[in-house]
Amino acid sequence: MTAIRLQRCKLGEPDERGRRRPEPIPGAFFEIPCETVIFAVGQAIVGDFAQGLAGVGLEGDQVKTDDSTLATGRPGVFAGGDASPKGPLTAIEAIAAGRKGAASVHNYLRGEQLVSLWSNPLPEARPDDAEVKKVTRQERSPMPEHPGAERRRNWVEVREGYTEEQAIAEAKRCLQCAVCSECMECARICPPKALIHEERDSELDLEVGAVVLATGYDAYDPGSKGEYGYRRYPNVLSALEYERMLSASGPTIGEVKRPSDGAHPHNVAFIQCVGSRDQKHDYCSSVCCIYANKQAMLTTDHVPDCSPDVFLMDMRAQGKGFDLFYQRAVDRGVNFIRSRPSAIKEDPLTKDLLINWEDEQGVLHQNRYDMVVLSVGLEPARKGQEAAGRLGIALNRHGFCDLKEFDPLQSSREGVFVIGPFSEPKDIPDSVAQGSAAAARVMAQLADSRGTLTAEPVYPPERDVSDEEPRVGVFVCHCGSNIASVVDVKDVAEHAAKLPGVQCSTDTTYVCANDSLQLIREKIAEHDLNRVVVASCTPRTHEPIFQSTLREAGLNPFLFEMANIRDQDSWVHKKEPDKATAKARDLVRMSVARARLLAPLSKIDVPLTHSALVIGGGIAGMTAAGSLGDMGYEVHLVERASQLGGRVLQVGRTIRGNDPARILATLEQRLIDNPNIHIYLDSHLADFHGFVGNFSSVIEDKDGRRTPVDHGVIIVAIGAREERVDLYQLDRRPGVVTEMDLERMLKEHDPRVTEAGSVGFVLCAGSLEGDHPYCSRVCCQHGVKNAIELKERNPSRPVYVWFKEMRTFGLLEEYYTRARDLGVVFIRYANGNRPQVSSEGPLTISYHETALNRDVSLPLDLLVLAVPSVGAEGSVDLSKLLKVPLQRDSFFQEAHVKLRPVDCASEGIFICGAAHYPKSIDETISQAYAAAGRAAALLAKQVIKAGGVVAEVDQDRCAACLTCVRVCPYSVPVIDSEVKKARIEPATCQGCGVCVSECPVKAITLHHYTDAQILAKEEALFMEVS
Amino acid sequence: MADAAQPDFEPEIIVFACHYCAYAAADLAGVMRLDYPSSIRIIKLPCTGKLEVIHLLRAIEAGADGVYAAGCLEGECHYLKGNLWARQRVNHVKKLLTEMGLEPERVEMYNMSSAMGVRFAEVANEFTARIKELGPNPVKRKGVSPYAAAREAASEIALPEDTDTVADQPNRPLAPLATTKEG
Repeated sequence: MTAIRLQRCKLGEPDERGRRRPEPIPGAFFEIPCETVIFAVGQAIVGDFAQGLAGVGLEGDQVKTDDSTLATGRPGVFAGGDASPKGPLTAIEAIAAGRKGAASVHNYLRGEQLVSLWSNPLPEARPDDAEVKKVTRQERSPMPEHPGAERRRNWVEVREGYTEEQAIAEAKRCLQCAVCSECMECARICPPKALIHEERDSELDLEVGAVVLATGYDAYDPGSKGEYGYRRYPNVLSALEYERMLSASGPTIGEVKRPSDGAHPHNVAFIQCVGSRDQKHDYCSSVCCIYANKQAMLTTDHVPDCSPDVFLMDMRAQGKGFDLFYQRAVDRGVNFIRSRPSAIKEDPLTKDLLINWEDEQGVLHQNRYDMVVLSVGLEPARKGQEAAGRLGIALNRHGFCDLKEFDPLQSSREGVFVIGPFSEPKDIPDSVAQGSAAAARVMAQLADSRGTLTAEPVYPPERDVSDEEPRVGVFVCHCGSNIASVVDVKDVAEHAAKLPGVQCSTDTTYVCANDSLQLIREKIAEHDLNRVVVASCTPRTHEPIFQSTLREAGLNPFLFEMANIRDQDSWVHKKEPDKATAKARDLVRMSVARARLLAPLSKIDVPLTHSALVIGGGIAGMTAAGSLGDMGYEVHLVERASQLGGRVLQVGRTIRGNDPARILATLEQRLIDNPNIHIYLDSHLADFHGFVGNFSSVIEDKDGRRTPVDHGVIIVAIGAREERVDLYQLDRRPGVVTEMDLERMLKEHDPRVTEAGSVGFVLCAGSLEGDHPYCSRVCCQHGVKNAIELKERNPSRPVYVWFKEMRTFGLLEEYYTRARDLGVVFIRYANGNRPQVSSEGPLTISYHETALNRDVSLPLDLLVLAVPSVGAEGSVDLSKLLKVPLQRDSFFQEAHVKLRPVDCASEGIFICGAAHYPKSIDETISQAYAAAGRAAALLAKQVIKAGGVVAEVDQDRCAACLTCVRVCPYSVPVIDSEVKKARIEPATCQGCGVCVSECPVKAITLHHYTDAQILAKEEALFMEVS
Repeated sequence: MADAAQPDFEPEIIVFACHYCAYAAADLAGVMRLDYPSSIRIIKLPCTGKLEVIHLLRAIEAGADGVYAAGCLEGECHYLKGNLWARQRVNHVKKLLTEMGLEPERVEMYNMSSAMGVRFAEVANEFTARIKELGPNPVKRKGVSPYAAAREAASEIALPEDTDTVADQPNRPLAPLATTKEG
């Protein structure tokens, strides 16, 4: 071999596939001298193989296939890779074709339709253009290459690869636009294979009778307010980011630290109303004051020497119990500064933040902070607005859903209800109440089809374990790493295995995961377990899950016990893992000891009376009664006065300009027309007995006529009243009246109002101080409403409003703006500095004018006081009769402030309206629907389950000493007239155990908390285990 | 107490916590990842009104260095007045302990709401420090818990045998233990 002879070629015309093939140039030969020749052979399909396969079409030399399924023209024959018209292909494409073909063959062999797995491609993750614009362009790090001169005559890799620093720098250029890059590691690592990447959105057609929109809100993006430097200054955080930082499960594991350098901040400021109460947002977001309050208090927990500053305009703590919470924050050292800072500047060296602010006297200050939190407001949810567009429902000028004042929840389209902050910013209890309210509205609309689409869970029969030795199974949970990173779970499981009665003991990653629940069921069957102990988190959240697992495995759910080794162990002793493990062993040992003594308990089916008693015929009681009546339930509505309507009768127009008299009249007619509803005027509740589902009451009218009624539920809607405090010369001078007096006077065109020259309002007259440290919630809006009314009637009339905090929350803010535009003068005062009203001579009011720093005296023709709201007449008696507690502020106490806002702690008793807390008409209507919804959830049942954890009397021991009768807070124990012994009705017993503890002869047992079970736990703690 | 100086004394404390408040507060302390001494072991009750004198005394007798009950804030009991009953009983046990020559401070009643995670941790700290100050429960003999000794003495009949007997006789008392008491 000396040389190779070649012929020159030129590119020919493109063929039908667009390829330009080489064409030899005749006679253009040349030679290259060489010693070795390597052939680079091309590839082609041997076309004749398909000849025998009838029906398999060819395209040139290649096999014709469907692009997505790889099916050929002949059923059962598939082709891909180099044989397909796209070939020759790269190895990657060939592998992909192999997989695709395999999937198609799989479908074919199962007789299923050939559907392309690739026909519905994954959504492409694209960076948001706005986000990309914020990124400064960085050039790619150049890849180091081996110099050309050095790599001659060797096979050294040309590209040398990045150093670690270069690789990190290059990786940092990633825009992180794609959340998931389909690396499938998560799917691989997930033990129960819960992650399915192939799942796609699918559209379902559902036939529904009503639609409830609960689309929530969007948090305001503080980046739009450039002056606060959010995203430019690392130590400026939004409240949501800070919330995550405070959370133990957040990115910093609950450690408060500056993003710039990781140092613990000692000076933290909160700026309120970021995205609320400004030019673009003429509304108040309602929740930010209290969440900032909470975050500031948590800051002092996390960083004890920190006393945060909160910059705010008004402290809007209008919710139930919020003012006491605010007071606690003040006591904890949180400073509340009345100022709205205009800008934040950063010290570029330290990354500290400088806030310039002006105090109420107009003096300028500059404070330096380590960190600043922006309390962002609530905006209408964009997704909700999209949904509203599709549903064709109206939005208001703020972009929130437009609802009618007296028909809250109802959108502009019938059958479409809106709940939560999509109609107006609101907090958790109001949103939860609206959820129940929507349920009531829907239940009334769909009353005819109630119960038609329900399915009862089917369980296997319960195994009788009474003759069996205790056979305990113990399941110790890792809770991912929540428990396992602190507690030696294997050791705990091994320890449990040695305990008496334990048949099997194991540990799993998540005991509450479906595969582990299956494991529990299998172990129950395998070892004939009759008791189960799970050592994991708290029974408060997870006990029901495991109990139903037991039930599914044929065991009574009360044969279950939980050891709390997470919330009460690994999470609180993470610095002492050995002690945490020892404690977990103890807790499991205690639980096993109790579990051995657990007895099966059964609940009994008790029939119920499908009717409701509503106490109070104001707007709340009327709405609740009407709603339940519409659902088809019998309702008894009791009103103390001689007509329905309550306090709303006295109100002229609402702040939104609507006349409640109209709605009252319509509602009253609806109640009268509904044969299900019985109205008792001039009457009150005289007697009350029974238990949920089966109450019996006596209604007494003013002539002493007593009507007994049986009912399944009771709704308390007795409202509130004004407390005529002895302040500001009220009831001493004729020119001083309350807000409700003014409402009446306006309605009656009283000349004292129509002809009044100058009018003053004192808000919080007696509230937020002394005996009434809470906010009455509605007085600010009443004051603003009437200030506007008086000013509009006579624009030249001076109107002054003295206030402590201006609480025109939510969309009411625009009326506060309007009042100021109209020239109403608003003057803030503090408890120690309240305005003084002259006791004789002409009516004058004197106050300290902060801006002028001098005392000012003004003549007034009329002074209107916003006095505190207190529980209605008879609330104390009613609370005693129903045995449901009143709070210190004389309002009824709900079962859970946030999550069960209309339930009382005793089942079957509900509250709504001002009896719960003062509220406006629209809020009252919402809450009344909520109470009706909660009541209907009970009434919809055919039977109720009673018993279980209840007390039982051993009548052989009972001495009929009446102790239990005396001590029971619910008057449940009675002396049976036949056997002359105490008897406790399981359906009525609430299971507190007070009678058990007091019984002198120990004749009463509280099931599930027997002495033996409690003492076994104590004993087990000190039991030696070999 | 003579043993008070023991620097490595790790108290063992039993807490009776109401399901509605203190038990939830303890969970909240966990959610907040607060740190408090690992000395406490919680027994959940539906209400501190279920707490009986015997439960407190038996805990001390079994070897607990301290016992406390944690119920709802006064006036906010889920069952209206259970926590007030509990306070009475705790006070009664304090008197009994004094009569026996034990420190009444070994038992206590605390009140808190379910939202008071921080308070729960504070109480755990406070009470553990108090018990460390008092030293080990003198009823507890060195290395041997009197209850274990009692079990031995009562030849393993300390626990009721089976669930069915318990179901039949829920109030059957446990084996007598008084024999092991010292002083």
